[in-house]
Amino acid sequence: MGESIVITSGKGGVGKTTTTANIGAALAMEGKKVVVIDADIGLRNLDLVLGLENRIVYDIVDVVTGVCRIKQALIKDKRFDNLYLLPAAQTKDKNAVNPEQMKDLIMDLKKTHDFVIVDCPAGIEQGFKNAISGADRAIVVTTPEISAVRDADRIIGLLEAAEIHDPLLIVNRLRIDMARRGDMMNVEDIEDILAIDLIGVVPDDEEVVMSTNRGEPAVFKENSLSGMAFRNVSKRLIGESVPFMEFDVQESFFNKLKRALSFGK
Amino acid sequence: MFDLFGFLNSKPTSKNVAKDRLKLVLVHDRSNCSPELLELLRRDILTSISEHVDYDPKDLDIKITRTKDSASGKPVLVASIPLKNLKR
Repeated sequence: MGESIVITSGKGGVGKTTTTANIGAALAMEGKKVVVIDADIGLRNLDLVLGLENRIVYDIVDVVTGVCRIKQALIKDKRFDNLYLLPAAQTKDKNAVNPEQMKDLIMDLKKTHDFVIVDCPAGIEQGFKNAISGADRAIVVTTPEISAVRDADRIIGLLEAAEIHDPLLIVNRLRIDMARRGDMMNVEDIEDILAIDLIGVVPDDEEVVMSTNRGEPAVFKENSLSGMAFRNVSKRLIGESVPFMEFDVQESFFNKLKRALSFGK
Repeated sequence: MFDLFGFLNSKPTSKNVAKDRLKLVLVHDRSNCSPELLELLRRDILTSISEHVDYDPKDLDIKITRTKDSASGKPVLVASIPLKNLKR
């Protein structure tokens, strides 16, 4: 029996879909049999991030309404035989699926896969409720901005109310230079406020933009910092203990001078 | 821009401003309780303990928060009240 994990955040645009694609791909690289589900019905995007948009025939709504069997709707990844995508419907709305149906669907998929990763839509309405039903665990994605952290806090409360305990935290798009200057909240600040366990820190990385443009998750790039961060998350998910990356970015001369002048303030 | 001598002014870093603002707003988000209720709680707690102990009003901190230890995830009323001396 596999495990289902929902990737959620509350706020939109913090990188849920990118995180889902990368963790899914990284788990597949670890040899796990993985299915990623796009639960953002009406605003489907996981297919694009994975580069599988041209292969969609059936979608999640077709599966739950019995138009097709699960197997027919699952799209096999181009690069990995053990990674599958269940795409969202694009022309329906979030009420086309209900939590009971999601629960049954995920239960079925867990029988044949090691991991079922659900990409949750933004917001806390029906789409969110659908996406978290059937989840064994949750990963909360946030960026170091007050609005994202506030929404993450709200989501943590709602997950708890739905009896999905001990969610894990990913701090995405950390600007190491800014955090070092004290101009952006750092990982400790966010951990301190949200009080949940950290499973990953993903630095802000141009590579993510470029790899998304190409439809290739960043985890495939050997030397990408964000790719490595996501690979580490997947290793931690399967129980390996991987130390958190040390972000040692060269400081500019100006900053060094300023710090020297301010006596290590 | 002209922050070369930034150490001369004591402006807090923007992340600390963000953190403080967040903490404040989360108190209300988490508790679903109005600032008035928190103020009432605060006043009553202080009145009742002041019968027995002297507290230092400078550093007291009464808030509703969530702690890592509380497995239930329910909000917790935390009061940190520095005491001057115990009367007994």
